[in-house]
Amino acid sequence: MGGFSRRLAALTKKETKELLRDNSSLLMGVVLPLVLILIIGCGMSLDVKDVPTAVVLEDHAPTARDAVSFVRGSDYFAPVYVNSFQEAEAMLRAHEVDAILAVPPDFSRRLLAGDAHLQLILNGVESTSAMSAQGYVEAGVRAFAAEFAARRGASAGGVSIVSRIWFNDANTSTWFYVPGILMLVLTISGVFLTAVVMAREWERGTFESLFVTPMRVLELILAKTIPYFVIALLGMLLCLVVGRYLYELPMRAPLAAILGVSMLYLVTALSIGLVISALTKSQYLACHISLMVSFLPAVILSGFLFDLHAEPLAIRVVSRLLPTTYYLDALKSLLLAGGSPIVVAQDTAALMAFTLLFLALAFAMTRKKVDA
Amino acid sequence: MADVIAARSLTKVFPGKKGQPDTCALSGVTLAARAGEMTALIGPDGAGKTTFMRLVCGLMDRTAGELSVCGLDVFRTPQDVQDLLSYMPQKFGLYEDLTVAENLTLYADLHGVPAAVREERFTRLLHMTGLAAFTGRLAGNLSGGMKQKLGLACTLVRSPRLLLLDEPTVGVDPLSRRELWEILTQLVREEHLSVLVSTAYMEEAARCDRVYVLHCGQLLMGGTPEALRTAAAGLCYEVQAPPHLPLRLLQSALLTAPGVLDAVPAGGVVRFLTRRAPEELAPLRALGLQARPAEPRLEDGFMKLLKEAEAEGAAPPAEVETAAQGAAETLPLPPPASAAPALIEVEDLVKKFGAFTAVAHTSFSVHRGEVFGLLGPNGAGKTTTFRMLCGLLPATSGKLRVAGVDLRTARTQARANIGYVAQKFSLYANLTVYENLRFFGGAYGLYGRQLRERIAAVAEEFHLTDRMDEAAERLPGGYKQRLSMAAALIHAPGILFLDEPTSGIDPLARRTFWQEITRLAAGGTTIVITTHFMEEAEYCDRFMIQDHGKMLVLGSPAEIRARLGREGAPMDEVFIAIVEQARREKEGT
Amino acid sequence: MSQFALFCRHVAFLAQKEMRSLVKDPRMRVQLVVPVLIMGFLFGYAANYNIEDIPYVAIDASHTAASTDFLAHVEGAPAFHCVAAPGNIDAAKDLLDTGEALAILTVPETFERQLAAGETAPVQVIADGRNPALAGMIERYIARIAADWSAAQSGRTPAITLETRTWYNPNQLSRWTFLPSFLAMIAFVQVMMLAGMSIAREREQGTFDQLLVTPLSKTAILIGKAIPPVAVGLFQAMCVFLIARFWFGVPFAGNFATLMLTLFLFMVSTTGVGLSISSISRNMQQVLVYLLVLMIPMVLLSGLVTPVRNMPAALQVATYADPLRFAIDAVRRIYLEGATLGEIAPDFLPMLGVAAVTMPLSGWLFRRRS
Repeated sequence: MGGFSRRLAALTKKETKELLRDNSSLLMGVVLPLVLILIIGCGMSLDVKDVPTAVVLEDHAPTARDAVSFVRGSDYFAPVYVNSFQEAEAMLRAHEVDAILAVPPDFSRRLLAGDAHLQLILNGVESTSAMSAQGYVEAGVRAFAAEFAARRGASAGGVSIVSRIWFNDANTSTWFYVPGILMLVLTISGVFLTAVVMAREWERGTFESLFVTPMRVLELILAKTIPYFVIALLGMLLCLVVGRYLYELPMRAPLAAILGVSMLYLVTALSIGLVISALTKSQYLACHISLMVSFLPAVILSGFLFDLHAEPLAIRVVSRLLPTTYYLDALKSLLLAGGSPIVVAQDTAALMAFTLLFLALAFAMTRKKVDA
Repeated sequence: MADVIAARSLTKVFPGKKGQPDTCALSGVTLAARAGEMTALIGPDGAGKTTFMRLVCGLMDRTAGELSVCGLDVFRTPQDVQDLLSYMPQKFGLYEDLTVAENLTLYADLHGVPAAVREERFTRLLHMTGLAAFTGRLAGNLSGGMKQKLGLACTLVRSPRLLLLDEPTVGVDPLSRRELWEILTQLVREEHLSVLVSTAYMEEAARCDRVYVLHCGQLLMGGTPEALRTAAAGLCYEVQAPPHLPLRLLQSALLTAPGVLDAVPAGGVVRFLTRRAPEELAPLRALGLQARPAEPRLEDGFMKLLKEAEAEGAAPPAEVETAAQGAAETLPLPPPASAAPALIEVEDLVKKFGAFTAVAHTSFSVHRGEVFGLLGPNGAGKTTTFRMLCGLLPATSGKLRVAGVDLRTARTQARANIGYVAQKFSLYANLTVYENLRFFGGAYGLYGRQLRERIAAVAEEFHLTDRMDEAAERLPGGYKQRLSMAAALIHAPGILFLDEPTSGIDPLARRTFWQEITRLAAGGTTIVITTHFMEEAEYCDRFMIQDHGKMLVLGSPAEIRARLGREGAPMDEVFIAIVEQARREKEGT
Repeated sequence: MSQFALFCRHVAFLAQKEMRSLVKDPRMRVQLVVPVLIMGFLFGYAANYNIEDIPYVAIDASHTAASTDFLAHVEGAPAFHCVAAPGNIDAAKDLLDTGEALAILTVPETFERQLAAGETAPVQVIADGRNPALAGMIERYIARIAADWSAAQSGRTPAITLETRTWYNPNQLSRWTFLPSFLAMIAFVQVMMLAGMSIAREREQGTFDQLLVTPLSKTAILIGKAIPPVAVGLFQAMCVFLIARFWFGVPFAGNFATLMLTLFLFMVSTTGVGLSISSISRNMQQVLVYLLVLMIPMVLLSGLVTPVRNMPAALQVATYADPLRFAIDAVRRIYLEGATLGEIAPDFLPMLGVAAVTMPLSGWLFRRRS
């Protein structure tokens, strides 16, 4: 056992030194997480704001103006008033505005008769913005209709929707993305860096001399992963701290649980990296494969950008094949919702299974042999 | 009991990639290495030396046969075997981002060298390898030879039961090589170490207790060096070349003469090996030269064995016969090279890396058609000088002219006149031989029919025609070297720069290589070459020796010998004497 | 003239060598095609911000004919399906917590009474805020359903009808938005990687010196090295294009040549960035780190997922250095709107700017480093 810890210490020291000599590790461990979390905090919001909207008032009655007054002073719209529909269309075509709200000439007259029309034309190239804009216009119009009915003494009646949003008190998009960023930081450091450093040793032939020492495979694998484990965890903690203090991320579950699940996922990521490197034994290929099989799916399919609840069944099934999905699910529960123990337990169990699978593969494939 | 390695009918077959036949790296090899002895493994490229070493280390699985190391079955308990031995692979994997000391410490820790022993051992190893002054330097910033020495030091951090060294002295200068062998013999004596070493230097094999000759995966012979040496008894002769005839021309002519098994310049004469009476040999008759019998050396026995094995049939193409078509039956006397115009001029060249002076105030010139050697211990500044000449590195100060221009600043087209073979194999490993040649041909402005013809010509010249569709990385060492040469010569350049082209190449392939050089020089190509085989300096018209960036001596082999007053001495000794003298003087002042 | 011919031959030989070397390894060939196809399909299905099949929980405290009818109406909407109807809020809460439901719909006890009295009956919607965008959409969607139901109940048509038309994407399908962006994005990732590795790989394998002693000029080396990544990028973009056009049936409104030209320009600028990274890196690991440190922010800032307009002014300025932003904008507009070259020309300027800076920069860097 003395030999084990001594050799492990020596190898880990070596790995750490190599890591620290390379300034790029600092970029990876500190700069990238900070940049990501700041971009997320400042720049990423799915909610539309200030949609440039051409308002065409062909009816000059005060009621007509009232009907579309909701666009003014709203965070959602940045209205431009134009005189003709043709002009508005030209602006939409030239991307000067993304929406046209038109009040036809007979609006106020027909409103009294109870069958007024408003026209909304949207640019659907950015479908999300278009959808949201439509929703906001609808709500604005409904509110006006109700108010108009009330003004005339007639109750609108009907159903009103009182909405509340749970698990996200300030309702900022930021919180939605923070778990994803944590996941990205862990995935990148875990999969990519590990895959490349292992492949580099295969490529440079440094393993041949290392293998013929009393070193065991377990020691090698541990030593390879420990420094990257630390770097990745450091990056993640940095994100957590920024998230907590800058964005007041709730962190409903105990920190220990959050860290525990994250470390488990990190081990999964590291073992995937080990498998990729053992499979390719080439840095070049390892980079490409990591990018395509781990990074892109982690971004697209894990529920980071696209909510899995709104996905077709097939995608949901595919996403269940990725460890990332489980981690993200657990992390979201732990950070944002109260962390229902059942959900987290299920996710943790799945992650465990993945970890065991990939670790077993990594050990089976990393043999002290140089056969091509 | 005393056998530390016992192999019985050991066979290793590498399955061929789809469509290609399997390669048999070792077939039915039975050999034994005794405890407390040094055993050498020699043989040409592709003989199976490295495969054998890797099998002994448990790095590979066998195809058939048995192998026990220190009484343990390697294939059953590889880790137990690995705990007992130390191994230095051919390409020792240093960690380039770690310093010299850190690399050593890593291996010491892995082997569990106690701290008490460590201090003394490190000091000794560092002194031996001449790395004591560089302990804080990153391994990646060491010169090629120094890296090799560091690799060796890392392997020797402890005294194992069995030490395996796969060509440990490739690229290492004679001084360090001598020191290294002193250490090895000392270790064997004091610590009862058993050593298995593969080497391309026959004088190193001669220092071992037992020698095994491998050829194409088969064991040709095993026995004492004496037995191998005396195999050539009665066949060795030496002959003095007439004045003004470069040794290499006489040697080349002899090599192609029928009945001659081997010829090589050495100690100012040409040694050759023949079964016939020397008077019958055409080149000697033509020049009216008288040969005298010589004492056989190990290399002679080895060459004889290989030639005979090849003659038996199942051998690679007979290279030596065809390769020297250029060396004519009658020997033209070339004009003295110094009469030709100077093609490369270097005046007061200086290169500094920060505070470190790699090349200090060096001046020399090389004439058209000359073979110019650049010798010196590891880290002397040879490669740096080379890289400056090729325009890969800017000079700190001084004047530099290659064919009238400085390649660093000249128009790119000026580079079309040079060919460059780097120290390390540096062609595209995953491309085939043909694709590499095609690319470099294209880069040098050839295309269409001309390109096809040149590719065919160089492929023919370097015996690559059968291997055109093989990936460069899969070629054996000797073929890689030939491919590098072929790629550098595809555009028939006027100047050829060769940085240690013969490192790690077996004696047979080196003969072929030098015949090619001889032929090129005769055709007017100017050649600048670095080497660590000192006897190869004999092939040069002139050479210079550098140490610590300074030029110590410059002249023809005969001139330099005469200056030292050591006519007939082997070039190794001359080299060591010059460098040691310079170092003493430096310390004295 | 012959100088120029020589230059062209140099470039051609180098590009050919790069290409051969790239596709030599069969694993690499697979790597260049298969993941792109898989990603293309998966992305086509996954890139979805439309509401489909949202699981919700209904709590009917009223148990009246009206409430039953209202809930049936919600259930009838294709976007929603009810996963449970527990009696109290606590059970519903658990379902929301575990993610089995995304919303809780509570019909108050007083529902029928208030409606009958002509009052407004409040129906509470609690949405899972872990995805605020989705929560917002659920909320608006239910409000729309409620309005329809109310109108139908009262037998009156609503006083104001909003007629909505969406140009270029009539059903507001997010797939239509994302697939064209993905055209640019997949090429971006691949090209950055290929260009980024190209010089660093040669340097690490020692072949770069051999290249530098040949008469190949700096410009020829750069162009020769840029061609294969650009070609691969265009090829992969075409794969995604075919998937988008024929598998997902997203109608292509634009001109094919314009699309290719835009992608080409984009890839040239991207290659410049990649080659610059390659020139300053000592080894492939560094390349990878630099690439990721640049690429992820570039993707996030590109407007692929979130509109650039929503970003703070300072970040919006930063996006001008991100060719991906303009490529995505241009490709979407060409693909969906059928924008002409003249209309998207303003997008070219930042891309060309990036190319004009990074290409010479990489040349300067690699000479200095060698």
